[in-house]
Amino acid sequence: MSRRVGVYVCHCGSNIAGTIDCEAVARAVGERVADVAVSRDYKFMCSSLGQSMIQEDIEKEKLDRVVVAACSPHLHEKTFRRACSNAGLNPYLMQMVNVREHISWVTKDQVEATRKATAMVTGAVERVKRQEALEPQYVPVNPATLVVGGGIAGLQTAIEIAEFGHPVYVVEREPSIGGHMAQFDKTFPTLDCSACILTPRMSEAGQHDCIHLLTWSELESVSGSVGNFKVRVRKKARYVNSEICTGCGVCEEKCPIKVVDDVFEAGLGIRKAIYMPFPQAVPKMPVIDTAHCIWFVRGKCRACEIFCPTKAIAFDQKDEIVELEVGNIVLATGYDLFDCRRLPQYGYGRLDNVFTSLEFERMCNAAGPTGGRIVLRDRETEPRSVAVIHCVGSRDKRTNEYCSATCCMAALKFGHLVRERIGAEVYSFYIDIRTFSKDYDEFYQRVMDEGVHFVRGRVAEVTDVPRSPAEEGKLVVQCEDTLLGVQRRIPVDMVILMGALEPRADARDLALEAGISCSMNGWFTERHPKLDPVATMTDGVFLAGACQGPKDIPSSVAQGAAAAARILGMITRGRVEIEPVVATIDEERCSGCRICNALCPFHAIEFDEARHVSHVQASLCKGCGTCVAACPAQVIRGAHFMNEQIFAEIEGLLADAWSDVSEPVAAFAAGGVDD
Amino acid sequence: MNAETKPKLALYWAASCGGCEIAVLAIDERILEVAGAFDVVFWPCVMDGKVADIEAMEDGSIAVCLFNGGIRTSEQEYMARLLRAKAKVLVAFGACAQDGSIPGLANLLDRDTIFRQNYVESPSVDNPESTLPTATTTVAEGELHLPAFYDTLRTLAQTVDVDYFLPGCPPEADRIWDALSAILAGDLPPAGSVIGARTTVCEECPRTRHEKKVKEFKRTWQVIPDAETCLLEQGLVCCGIATRAGCGARCPSVNSPCIGCYGANDGVQDFGARMMTALASIIDSNDPREVQRIIATGIPDPVGTFYRFSLANSFLRRSRRPVAAGAAAGAATRGED
Repeated sequence: MSRRVGVYVCHCGSNIAGTIDCEAVARAVGERVADVAVSRDYKFMCSSLGQSMIQEDIEKEKLDRVVVAACSPHLHEKTFRRACSNAGLNPYLMQMVNVREHISWVTKDQVEATRKATAMVTGAVERVKRQEALEPQYVPVNPATLVVGGGIAGLQTAIEIAEFGHPVYVVEREPSIGGHMAQFDKTFPTLDCSACILTPRMSEAGQHDCIHLLTWSELESVSGSVGNFKVRVRKKARYVNSEICTGCGVCEEKCPIKVVDDVFEAGLGIRKAIYMPFPQAVPKMPVIDTAHCIWFVRGKCRACEIFCPTKAIAFDQKDEIVELEVGNIVLATGYDLFDCRRLPQYGYGRLDNVFTSLEFERMCNAAGPTGGRIVLRDRETEPRSVAVIHCVGSRDKRTNEYCSATCCMAALKFGHLVRERIGAEVYSFYIDIRTFSKDYDEFYQRVMDEGVHFVRGRVAEVTDVPRSPAEEGKLVVQCEDTLLGVQRRIPVDMVILMGALEPRADARDLALEAGISCSMNGWFTERHPKLDPVATMTDGVFLAGACQGPKDIPSSVAQGAAAAARILGMITRGRVEIEPVVATIDEERCSGCRICNALCPFHAIEFDEARHVSHVQASLCKGCGTCVAACPAQVIRGAHFMNEQIFAEIEGLLADAWSDVSEPVAAFAAGGVDD
Repeated sequence: MNAETKPKLALYWAASCGGCEIAVLAIDERILEVAGAFDVVFWPCVMDGKVADIEAMEDGSIAVCLFNGGIRTSEQEYMARLLRAKAKVLVAFGACAQDGSIPGLANLLDRDTIFRQNYVESPSVDNPESTLPTATTTVAEGELHLPAFYDTLRTLAQTVDVDYFLPGCPPEADRIWDALSAILAGDLPPAGSVIGARTTVCEECPRTRHEKKVKEFKRTWQVIPDAETCLLEQGLVCCGIATRAGCGARCPSVNSPCIGCYGANDGVQDFGARMMTALASIIDSNDPREVQRIIATGIPDPVGTFYRFSLANSFLRRSRRPVAAGAAAGAATRGED
């Protein structure tokens, strides 16, 4: 096997060359490694000059293999594959070595870095010599899309795709779409009514011919891959026949059971055991809460059934599994609010008049539990002074180190609402005010002008233990004012905690099901933090809204629209290219032991009962290699990751180390063991 | 055909139990055909013969040598090299010659530990002076020599070039006959091949198989398995999934899990690694602690379970020795071995 390998070591400006002696790497590999016909270093391999260097060499030097030592293949594998293709070389005969992220960015030791780079490039040369030409495959794209989450981000995606006439399924776990935005009163910085701008979107989604809402539903499983996903959705029993319910609300009126509404009203209001979460709910249809309904708890009542004018109550309804086939999936599952009880020093749950931001939102809302009146927990007294504490559960090593991005503006909005509605004194306790978006800082200036007091410092404690007569009967906020350099105790009537935005409690489960990953904090990981914040590492799975990281409404909407644009592009193209890096089973040699059958995360393996062999469906296979590793008979071949290639790479990596041992460790050949 | 013109056959027995010798006789009356076809020049187990006679032969003058057993001592190495030189076709006969097999499990220890255990510490040994075997012993009459005992057992192919491998512990009579027939007919695969199937025992196993999920590994004394379903699905560590076919699934057919004596499937470098990745893949739990418990209680002897027949020929080869003996003194000790 004689090959002509071209090796190209990229400087990446000083990103690589600052640590690795690229010229020395190229020289060493060129001189020492067999079959290397050309070995060069160049300032920017990804530039058009760098690419044409490869192309010219392929043509002139008759190269049949190429190694590029540069950055992560995530960034430029496509670039160099294309360069090879353009010169008539099969793109899978090119191997990248990531000497930037894996070496130069993680060490300052120039000698060791250069040594490691030489070893890795040598390994890649040995590997590429054994790589095989592979041809890409194409699969059609199903034009239907699944959107998980019916908040503002998901609705934006759904509507934009549906406008082009393609079917969209929106799965929402709550009884109504709308998400957190439906709970808000005003939106910053314009102070327009949240419901007024959201509900038209909700009803548009509800009435759109191409949008199929699956509310009170949960995603059960995802299989398949880009273009052709199969998803299973659990439609939880509503105990209401959706075909005949008119949403008249009589059932809710007649239901004798009152329940504290922990979800929509944030525990501040009540609902019935059969309920619609809010008047503008879409679909306009109630759901029975079986934990509280007397019929389900004690087998009595059935008042709703008796009074329902259309006989729509269906106590015998069961959960239903709906199977859908879609080409793309958008995750728009939003966030959970930080549980403020986790910081007991702020007294939430212990001190009556400490409220969460969501409670305060509901309180301000004219349709909310207090009818829009800002009052203390007794529902009567208006506070004369209010403290707003920023960064509760954010920017804090004990809880979350990240900034929740939206709370500063929400806190300013609360300050404004208090000043405007009841004229009470407002103290905003902040670490830094972050008002970074369009018109945000102007809003901050406005709220300052309205007389909100800003105290810079993290609050140590909220207490009801007075130290002076002025503190009697008050909540006292203890804080170091870092601008004045003094400790301050400020007595107030009401405290609002600006809780952090956190990933959904079950976000990791969903990530696993959808085949994507989560950041350390638990937010869904985008394909690239700057250049592709919409896609994920799994083709056909996109992100929208706060599930990817704390986000305000405009950003969520923008991301939702971006996801829609990406998907529309794929639908228009009609087919997607599938990497030919797939597993194949040698059916002649498969003994049908069925070890691999249940392992495939993409459900690509099927068992042929008649012939007693297993078979990989190439269009579903993602080339992960799980079955290749598991096959006890080693008759599954993982293209591009063949044992022969991997062993050759390891031997190449260790070529340098061989001089350190007394005898070559020919571990994989039947050679001698050093006795 | 007289002895002069018949092809010559030799059989030899190194570090192994002797079962392979019996297996050759298990081809029953066909042994007469062997005797008819070959001139058996050397077979210490069943007929008289002298090493000197072999040494006197010309290189390549033996048509076929069936060599069973691994290489544990200097004498065995000498015989392996001698028969390699004299034989046109050298066959690693059986699991010990091919993969080291049971004697190869001693690679978990070193010579000193083995000697201490066998000659000093074993309860049935009476050796007050802790005398250990040495290669050379001086007595009044002069020097006595014993074969040197190596630290590591090697397979035949780790010692000399091998033309063919005949797997099994021992090889099945019919497979032996197939191989001998092929040799006689000159109908042989490329040198270096294993003469045998290219698929695994499951292919020959009559049990019904399903998608596999195992919650508990059980040992054979703990259950009486049902006779229809795959034994692995019943929690028994059946190595049939990774073991080369050729035995007709003898053990699973009588309700006993395959222990892997036919070695790895064609093209597999490490039998134990294949078994472990396969079993790890079907453990029905995602909780690391539960997985740990399932493995610890169900597979108390992983090396003995997964490398019973192949430790000496695996990626592991042997347990790690002290660094001093390995690196610095490596070259020096090799000569002594």
